[in-house]
Amino acid sequence: MSIIQLNGAAAPLAAGTTVADLVAAVTGRAILPTGQPADGGRLGVAVARNADIVPRSQWSATAVVADDDVEIVTAVQGG
Amino acid sequence: MTEILTETDPFTVAGVPLGSRLIMGTGGAPSLDGLGAALVASGTELTTVAMRRYAPGSGGGGAGTNLFELLLENNIRVLPNTAGCFTAREAVMTAELAREALETDWVKLEVIADENTLLPDAVELVDATEQLVNRGFKVFAYTNDDPVVALRLEQLGAAAVMPLGAPIGTGLGILNPHNIELIVSRAGVPVVLDAGIGTASDAALAMELGCDAVLLATAVTRAQDPVRMAEAFKHAVIGGRLASRAGRIPKRAHALASSAMEGRPDL
Repeated sequence: MSIIQLNGAAAPLAAGTTVADLVAAVTGRAILPTGQPADGGRLGVAVARNADIVPRSQWSATAVVADDDVEIVTAVQGG
Repeated sequence: MTEILTETDPFTVAGVPLGSRLIMGTGGAPSLDGLGAALVASGTELTTVAMRRYAPGSGGGGAGTNLFELLLENNIRVLPNTAGCFTAREAVMTAELAREALETDWVKLEVIADENTLLPDAVELVDATEQLVNRGFKVFAYTNDDPVVALRLEQLGAAAVMPLGAPIGTGLGILNPHNIELIVSRAGVPVVLDAGIGTASDAALAMELGCDAVLLATAVTRAQDPVRMAEAFKHAVIGGRLASRAGRIPKRAHALASSAMEGRPDL
């Protein structure tokens, strides 16, 4: 089983996982191929893979590979 | 009153008219429900958020349960910040993540020097402002109360300059009113007094000094009654702005009777 870093912690990686799969797993919301949530709301999430931003339109087409460092961020209280 | 003021004295920043000169932060609120009530009471139309790793509770329950959606539901425009960034590189990356996540090119640029003072690092701030403007961001630059740096940030293309009244979270008020006035007098972009506000009179003073708006968080979110304090700030900002436009009397060394001596009866 391959390992990735997901939000700073080691996580197992199943073969064929895309960025969209990770976003769906982390947020608990189904993600459409456009990168929008299937529930019609606003997701408010961005993804960096190995310090490069993956635009939401590319989430479904972007494969995650072993040793990738993935950060999934959102808006929290602050400022 | 708010409506009248908005019509005759609109606040426009980055080309967008806002109905309130009170910009709110969201840090320090113990619950999302309480925060929502305070934001509504404040009348704010622009509110900051921080960008952090998605954690359980960030909004995993779906639509309507996270901060971003709370703001959208209340028609409050979101202003992502770069809080916690120490370098221009980190700040630019955070701004890019925020633009992607929240679909706004507005950013409150915060590049701090250390965790004890949380004071802006002017060198990194200037660097980051230039990079972000070049990348198409509308930069709201949180800066020291330094008139020279404030002018530099404007020249680099900042949409607003946001000098501090005092360090973040201190509630010490406006430590150098003269510098704030100097910044205002030379600015061609909106000046937003950001950080250090402790209570309503501090916000009124900021507006009387000529600031275009006030940004605060802790003074409301950590007040004993955040909703009441939020409403106090709403009125303070309106009152201060009206006073600043009304033209105050000069200060005098000696008293000046407001009742005429002429016609006084012999008693």
